Amino acid sequence: MQASPTEYRSNTAWFVTGMRGIISIPAIILMTSFVGFSAFALESGITRAEAVFMTLSVWALPAKMILIGTMASGAPVAASFLAVTLSSIRMMPMVASIMPEMRNERSPTWLLLFLSHFVAITSWVFAMQHMQAVPRDRRLAYFGGFAITLTLLNGVIVGVCYGIVAQFPPIVAGALFMLTPIYFFASIWASARHSVVKLAFIVGVIGGPLMATIEPRFDILYVGIGGGTAAYLIDRYLIRNRTSKSPRAEPREELP
Amino acid sequence: MTESWWWVFLVIAVAGWLATDIWRWLGVIVGNRLDEDSEGLQWVRAVATALVMAVTAKLVVFPTGTIADAPLWLRAGAVGIGFVAFLIAGQRVIVCVVVSLVCLVSGLLIV
Repeated sequence: MQASPTEYRSNTAWFVTGMRGIISIPAIILMTSFVGFSAFALESGITRAEAVFMTLSVWALPAKMILIGTMASGAPVAASFLAVTLSSIRMMPMVASIMPEMRNERSPTWLLLFLSHFVAITSWVFAMQHMQAVPRDRRLAYFGGFAITLTLLNGVIVGVCYGIVAQFPPIVAGALFMLTPIYFFASIWASARHSVVKLAFIVGVIGGPLMATIEPRFDILYVGIGGGTAAYLIDRYLIRNRTSKSPRAEPREELP
Repeated sequence: MTESWWWVFLVIAVAGWLATDIWRWLGVIVGNRLDEDSEGLQWVRAVATALVMAVTAKLVVFPTGTIADAPLWLRAGAVGIGFVAFLIAGQRVIVCVVVSLVCLVSGLLIV
Protein backbone atom coordinates (compact mmCIF):
# COMPACT_ATOMS: atom_id res chain seq x y z
CA MET A 1 0.00 0.00 0.00
CA GLN A 2 2.75 2.46 0.98
CA ALA A 3 4.85 1.63 -2.13
CA SER A 4 4.82 5.17 -3.55
CA PRO A 5 7.09 7.49 -1.53
CA THR A 6 4.77 9.67 0.55
CA GLU A 7 6.84 12.83 0.07
CA TYR A 8 6.10 12.88 -3.67
CA ARG A 9 2.34 13.02 -3.19
CA SER A 10 0.83 16.42 -3.92
CA ASN A 11 -1.22 18.62 -1.60
CA THR A 12 -4.32 17.63 -3.55
CA ALA A 13 -3.60 13.95 -2.97
CA TRP A 14 -3.21 14.55 0.78
CA PHE A 15 -6.36 16.67 0.82
CA VAL A 16 -8.26 13.72 -0.67
CA THR A 17 -6.66 11.35 1.86
CA GLY A 18 -7.92 13.67 4.61
CA MET A 19 -11.38 13.67 3.06
CA ARG A 20 -11.46 9.90 3.31
CA GLY A 21 -11.23 10.26 7.09
CA ILE A 22 -14.94 11.10 6.93
CA ILE A 23 -15.54 7.36 6.82
CA SER A 24 -14.48 6.73 10.41
CA ILE A 25 -16.43 5.98 13.57
CA PRO A 26 -15.90 9.40 15.26
CA ALA A 27 -16.93 11.25 12.07
CA ILE A 28 -20.03 9.09 11.62
CA ILE A 29 -21.06 9.56 15.26
CA LEU A 30 -20.61 13.31 14.84
CA MET A 31 -22.77 13.30 11.71
CA THR A 32 -25.48 11.41 13.59
CA SER A 33 -25.13 13.97 16.40
CA PHE A 34 -25.84 16.67 13.83
CA VAL A 35 -29.01 14.85 12.82
CA GLY A 36 -29.86 15.13 16.51
CA PHE A 37 -28.83 18.78 16.48
CA SER A 38 -31.21 19.52 13.61
CA ALA A 39 -34.00 18.04 15.75
CA PHE A 40 -32.87 20.15 18.71
CA ALA A 41 -32.80 23.30 16.56
CA LEU A 42 -36.28 22.57 15.20
CA GLU A 43 -37.72 22.00 18.66
CA SER A 44 -36.04 25.17 19.96
CA GLY A 45 -37.67 27.32 17.29
CA ILE A 46 -34.58 27.84 15.11
CA THR A 47 -35.30 27.90 11.36
CA ARG A 48 -33.61 25.64 8.82
CA ALA A 49 -31.51 28.46 7.32
CA GLU A 50 -30.44 29.62 10.77
CA ALA A 51 -29.49 26.08 11.80
CA VAL A 52 -27.34 25.61 8.66
CA PHE A 53 -25.74 29.05 9.06
CA MET A 54 -24.98 28.21 12.68
CA THR A 55 -23.43 24.87 11.72
CA LEU A 56 -21.09 26.45 9.17
CA SER A 57 -20.22 29.57 11.17
CA VAL A 58 -20.01 28.37 14.77
CA TRP A 59 -19.28 24.70 14.06
CA ALA A 60 -18.56 23.57 17.64
CA LEU A 61 -21.60 21.68 18.93
CA PRO A 62 -21.45 22.78 22.62
CA ALA A 63 -21.19 26.44 21.59
CA LYS A 64 -24.24 26.04 19.37
CA MET A 65 -26.20 24.37 22.17
CA ILE A 66 -25.41 27.29 24.48
CA LEU A 67 -26.17 29.84 21.76
CA ILE A 68 -29.59 28.31 21.10
CA GLY A 69 -30.24 27.94 24.82
CA THR A 70 -29.55 31.61 25.56
CA MET A 71 -31.36 32.78 22.41
CA ALA A 72 -34.41 30.69 23.28
CA SER A 73 -34.53 32.12 26.81
CA GLY A 74 -34.64 35.63 25.31
CA ALA A 75 -31.32 36.72 26.80
CA PRO A 76 -29.71 39.89 25.35
CA VAL A 77 -27.06 39.45 22.65
CA ALA A 78 -24.32 40.43 25.10
CA ALA A 79 -25.34 37.61 27.46
CA SER A 80 -25.35 35.09 24.58
CA PHE A 81 -21.95 36.35 23.48
CA LEU A 82 -20.54 36.02 27.00
CA ALA A 83 -21.89 32.51 27.52
CA VAL A 84 -20.68 31.28 24.10
CA THR A 85 -17.29 32.98 24.51
CA LEU A 86 -16.74 31.36 27.88
CA SER A 87 -17.75 27.96 26.54
CA SER A 88 -15.34 28.35 23.62
CA ILE A 89 -12.23 29.20 25.64
CA ARG A 90 -11.36 25.53 25.26
CA MET A 91 -10.87 26.18 21.53
CA MET A 92 -7.73 28.17 22.29
CA PRO A 93 -5.70 25.39 23.91
CA MET A 94 -7.13 22.91 21.40
CA VAL A 95 -6.00 24.97 18.41
CA ALA A 96 -2.74 26.02 20.08
CA SER A 97 -1.83 22.42 20.88
CA ILE A 98 -2.16 21.16 17.29
CA MET A 99 -0.61 24.22 15.61
CA PRO A 100 3.03 23.34 16.40
CA GLU A 101 2.48 19.94 14.76
CA MET A 102 0.45 21.21 11.84
CA ARG A 103 2.44 24.19 10.60
CA ASN A 104 5.83 24.47 8.99
CA GLU A 105 8.04 27.55 8.65
CA ARG A 106 6.45 28.48 5.30
CA SER A 107 2.78 28.17 6.38
CA PRO A 108 1.06 31.53 5.83
CA THR A 109 -0.73 32.85 8.93
CA TRP A 110 -3.97 33.57 7.03
CA LEU A 111 -4.21 29.90 6.08
CA LEU A 112 -3.72 28.82 9.69
CA LEU A 113 -6.37 31.30 10.83
CA PHE A 114 -8.74 30.00 8.15
CA LEU A 115 -8.15 26.34 8.98
CA SER A 116 -8.52 26.99 12.72
CA HIS A 117 -12.21 27.67 12.10
CA PHE A 118 -12.73 23.97 11.39
CA VAL A 119 -11.23 22.83 14.69
CA ALA A 120 -13.75 21.21 17.04
CA ILE A 121 -13.59 18.13 19.24
CA THR A 122 -13.79 15.54 16.44
CA SER A 123 -11.30 17.19 14.06
CA TRP A 124 -8.95 17.89 16.95
CA VAL A 125 -8.94 14.24 18.03
CA PHE A 126 -8.47 13.24 14.37
CA ALA A 127 -5.48 15.59 14.02
CA MET A 128 -3.88 14.31 17.22
CA GLN A 129 -4.25 10.71 16.06
CA HIS A 130 -3.20 10.89 12.42
CA MET A 131 -0.99 13.96 11.93
CA GLN A 132 2.27 12.20 12.78
CA ALA A 133 1.95 9.85 9.80
CA VAL A 134 1.76 12.74 7.30
CA PRO A 135 4.83 14.60 5.94
CA ARG A 136 5.09 17.97 7.69
CA ASP A 137 4.59 20.15 4.61
CA ARG A 138 1.44 18.21 3.67
CA ARG A 139 -0.26 18.32 7.07
CA LEU A 140 -2.28 21.48 6.41
CA ALA A 141 -3.72 19.93 3.23
CA TYR A 142 -4.47 16.69 5.05
CA PHE A 143 -6.18 18.39 7.99
CA GLY A 144 -8.06 20.74 5.67
CA GLY A 145 -9.31 17.81 3.61
CA PHE A 146 -10.79 16.17 6.67
CA ALA A 147 -12.01 19.15 8.69
CA ILE A 148 -13.47 21.29 5.87
CA THR A 149 -15.29 18.29 4.39
CA LEU A 150 -16.65 17.36 7.83
CA THR A 151 -18.00 20.88 8.41
CA LEU A 152 -19.58 21.23 4.96
CA LEU A 153 -21.07 17.74 5.05
CA ASN A 154 -22.66 18.43 8.43
CA GLY A 155 -24.04 21.71 7.07
CA VAL A 156 -25.73 19.65 4.35
CA ILE A 157 -26.92 17.07 6.90
CA VAL A 158 -28.54 19.78 9.06
CA GLY A 159 -30.17 21.33 5.99
CA VAL A 160 -31.52 18.00 4.73
CA CYS A 161 -32.51 16.44 8.07
CA TYR A 162 -34.14 19.55 9.54
CA GLY A 163 -37.54 18.81 8.04
CA ILE A 164 -37.26 15.02 8.15
CA VAL A 165 -36.64 14.84 11.87
CA ALA A 166 -39.97 16.56 12.51
CA GLN A 167 -41.70 13.50 11.06
CA PHE A 168 -39.76 10.98 13.13
CA PRO A 169 -41.65 8.99 15.75
CA PRO A 170 -41.06 10.38 19.28
CA ILE A 171 -38.75 7.51 20.30
CA VAL A 172 -36.39 8.13 17.35
CA ALA A 173 -36.44 11.91 17.86
CA GLY A 174 -35.73 11.40 21.57
CA ALA A 175 -32.88 8.98 20.90
CA LEU A 176 -31.34 11.40 18.39
CA PHE A 177 -31.60 14.26 20.88
CA MET A 178 -29.80 12.19 23.50
CA LEU A 179 -27.07 11.13 21.09
CA THR A 180 -25.25 14.46 21.37
CA PRO A 181 -24.84 14.47 25.17
CA ILE A 182 -23.95 10.75 25.07
CA TYR A 183 -21.30 11.44 22.43
CA PHE A 184 -19.83 14.27 24.51
CA PHE A 185 -19.72 12.18 27.66
CA ALA A 186 -17.66 9.52 25.94
CA SER A 187 -15.49 11.59 23.58
CA ILE A 188 -14.47 14.26 26.11
CA TRP A 189 -13.56 11.67 28.71
CA ALA A 190 -11.70 9.56 26.13
CA SER A 191 -9.67 12.52 24.83
CA ALA A 192 -8.74 13.74 28.35
CA ARG A 193 -5.01 13.41 28.79
CA HIS A 194 -4.76 15.35 32.06
CA SER A 195 -6.17 14.47 35.46
CA VAL A 196 -7.57 18.00 35.78
CA VAL A 197 -9.85 17.44 32.78
CA LYS A 198 -11.37 14.31 34.29
CA LEU A 199 -11.88 16.08 37.61
CA ALA A 200 -13.51 19.09 35.90
CA PHE A 201 -15.61 16.65 33.87
CA ILE A 202 -17.06 15.16 37.10
CA VAL A 203 -17.54 18.63 38.66
CA GLY A 204 -19.41 19.81 35.55
CA VAL A 205 -21.66 16.75 35.35
CA ILE A 206 -22.71 17.07 39.02
CA GLY A 207 -22.62 20.87 39.22
CA GLY A 208 -24.52 21.64 36.01
CA PRO A 209 -27.91 20.16 36.91
CA LEU A 210 -27.42 21.09 40.60
CA MET A 211 -26.79 24.78 39.93
CA ALA A 212 -29.57 24.83 37.33
CA THR A 213 -32.05 24.23 40.15
CA ILE A 214 -30.43 26.82 42.43
CA GLU A 215 -29.48 29.65 40.03
CA PRO A 216 -30.85 28.92 36.55
CA ARG A 217 -29.71 32.15 34.90
CA PHE A 218 -25.99 31.97 35.54
CA ASP A 219 -25.65 28.28 36.40
CA ILE A 220 -23.28 27.47 33.52
CA LEU A 221 -20.95 30.36 34.33
CA TYR A 222 -20.86 29.47 38.03
CA VAL A 223 -20.09 25.82 37.33
CA GLY A 224 -17.54 26.71 34.65
CA ILE A 225 -15.55 29.34 36.51
CA GLY A 226 -16.25 28.28 40.12
CA GLY A 227 -16.33 24.54 39.61
CA GLY A 228 -13.50 24.60 37.08
CA THR A 229 -11.28 26.61 39.42
CA ALA A 230 -12.10 24.24 42.29
CA ALA A 231 -11.22 21.27 40.08
CA TYR A 232 -7.95 22.95 39.10
CA LEU A 233 -6.98 23.67 42.72
CA ILE A 234 -7.88 20.15 43.89
CA ASP A 235 -5.91 18.70 40.99
CA ARG A 236 -2.88 20.90 41.58
CA TYR A 237 -2.58 20.64 45.35
CA LEU A 238 -4.04 17.20 46.08
CA ILE A 239 -3.74 14.99 42.99
CA ARG A 240 -0.66 16.19 41.13
CA ASN A 241 1.29 16.77 44.36
CA ARG A 242 1.12 13.06 44.94
CA THR A 243 1.71 11.85 41.39
CA SER A 244 4.57 14.28 40.75
CA LYS A 245 6.64 12.27 43.22
CA SER A 246 6.43 9.29 40.89
CA PRO A 247 9.52 8.79 38.70
CA ARG A 248 7.59 9.36 35.46
CA ALA A 249 7.22 13.07 36.08
CA GLU A 250 10.89 13.67 36.83
CA PRO A 251 12.50 13.68 33.37
CA ARG A 252 10.13 16.50 32.34
CA GLU A 253 11.54 18.78 34.98
CA GLU A 254 15.08 18.07 33.83
CA LEU A 255 14.36 19.61 30.44
CA PRO A 256 15.80 23.08 29.91
CA MET B 1 -39.35 45.70 16.56
CA THR B 2 -35.95 44.12 16.04
CA GLU B 3 -37.40 40.92 14.57
CA SER B 4 -36.26 41.41 10.98
CA TRP B 5 -35.20 38.19 9.22
CA TRP B 6 -31.54 39.21 9.29
CA TRP B 7 -31.55 40.01 12.99
CA VAL B 8 -31.20 36.37 14.10
CA PHE B 9 -28.38 35.87 11.59
CA LEU B 10 -26.60 38.90 13.03
CA VAL B 11 -27.03 37.49 16.54
CA ILE B 12 -25.60 34.13 15.39
CA ALA B 13 -22.71 35.87 13.61
CA VAL B 14 -21.77 37.99 16.63
CA ALA B 15 -22.73 35.82 19.62
CA GLY B 16 -21.86 32.53 17.87
CA TRP B 17 -19.36 32.88 15.06
CA LEU B 18 -17.25 35.71 16.44
CA ALA B 19 -17.51 34.42 20.02
CA THR B 20 -16.01 31.05 19.04
CA ASP B 21 -13.54 32.05 16.32
CA ILE B 22 -11.89 34.64 18.58
CA TRP B 23 -10.51 31.74 20.62
CA ARG B 24 -9.51 29.72 17.57
CA TRP B 25 -7.60 32.71 16.15
CA LEU B 26 -6.02 33.35 19.53
CA GLY B 27 -5.06 29.68 19.59
CA VAL B 28 -3.23 30.09 16.27
CA ILE B 29 -1.42 33.21 17.47
CA VAL B 30 -0.45 31.75 20.83
CA GLY B 31 0.46 28.57 18.94
CA ASN B 32 4.08 27.68 19.34
CA ARG B 33 4.68 29.93 22.31
CA LEU B 34 2.13 28.23 24.53
CA ASP B 35 3.62 25.85 27.04
CA GLU B 36 1.53 22.69 27.09
CA ASP B 37 2.37 22.17 30.78
CA SER B 38 1.77 25.70 32.07
CA GLU B 39 -0.53 26.24 35.05
CA GLY B 40 -2.59 28.84 33.18
CA LEU B 41 -3.45 26.30 30.51
CA GLN B 42 -4.36 23.71 33.14
CA TRP B 43 -6.82 26.17 34.68
CA VAL B 44 -8.30 27.06 31.29
CA ARG B 45 -8.74 23.36 30.56
CA ALA B 46 -10.53 22.85 33.88
CA VAL B 47 -12.90 25.79 33.37
CA ALA B 48 -13.66 24.80 29.78
CA THR B 49 -14.32 21.16 30.61
CA ALA B 50 -16.54 21.96 33.62
CA LEU B 51 -18.50 24.40 31.46
CA VAL B 52 -19.07 21.98 28.59
CA MET B 53 -19.96 19.11 30.88
CA ALA B 54 -22.39 21.29 32.83
CA VAL B 55 -24.18 22.01 29.55
CA THR B 56 -24.07 18.34 28.54
CA ALA B 57 -25.40 17.07 31.89
CA LYS B 58 -28.19 19.65 31.74
CA LEU B 59 -29.24 18.28 28.34
CA VAL B 60 -29.74 14.90 30.00
CA VAL B 61 -31.45 16.16 33.18
CA PHE B 62 -33.49 19.02 31.66
CA PRO B 63 -33.96 18.15 27.98
CA THR B 64 -36.29 19.92 25.57
CA GLY B 65 -38.75 18.32 23.18
CA THR B 66 -40.35 14.89 23.30
CA ILE B 67 -37.63 13.21 25.38
CA ALA B 68 -38.56 15.50 28.29
CA ASP B 69 -41.62 13.27 28.83
CA ALA B 70 -39.40 10.27 29.63
CA PRO B 71 -38.59 9.85 33.34
CA LEU B 72 -35.29 11.25 34.61
CA TRP B 73 -34.13 7.90 35.97
CA LEU B 74 -34.40 6.41 32.47
CA ARG B 75 -32.43 9.22 30.78
CA ALA B 76 -29.74 9.38 33.47
CA GLY B 77 -29.69 5.59 33.87
CA ALA B 78 -29.19 4.98 30.14
CA VAL B 79 -26.27 7.43 29.98
CA GLY B 80 -24.83 6.06 33.24
CA ILE B 81 -24.93 2.43 32.12
CA GLY B 82 -23.50 3.39 28.72
CA PHE B 83 -20.68 5.32 30.37
CA VAL B 84 -19.78 2.44 32.69
CA ALA B 85 -19.78 0.06 29.70
CA PHE B 86 -17.53 2.57 27.89
CA LEU B 87 -15.06 2.60 30.79
CA ILE B 88 -15.04 -1.23 30.98
CA ALA B 89 -14.57 -1.53 27.19
CA GLY B 90 -11.33 0.47 27.21
CA GLN B 91 -12.92 3.87 26.59
CA ARG B 92 -14.34 3.19 23.15
CA VAL B 93 -16.79 5.95 22.26
CA ILE B 94 -18.95 3.67 20.11
CA VAL B 95 -19.62 1.38 23.12
CA CYS B 96 -21.02 4.29 25.14
CA VAL B 97 -23.23 5.40 22.25
CA VAL B 98 -24.62 1.96 21.42
CA VAL B 99 -25.21 0.79 25.03
CA SER B 100 -26.80 4.11 26.07
CA LEU B 101 -29.13 4.19 23.09
CA VAL B 102 -30.15 0.52 23.49
CA CYS B 103 -30.98 1.16 27.18
CA LEU B 104 -32.83 4.38 26.36
CA VAL B 105 -34.90 3.01 23.48
CA SER B 106 -35.80 -0.25 25.24
CA GLY B 107 -36.74 1.80 28.31
CA LEU B 108 -38.94 4.10 26.22
CA LEU B 109 -40.69 1.10 24.70
CA ILE B 110 -41.38 -0.48 28.10
CA VAL B 111 -42.27 2.59 30.20
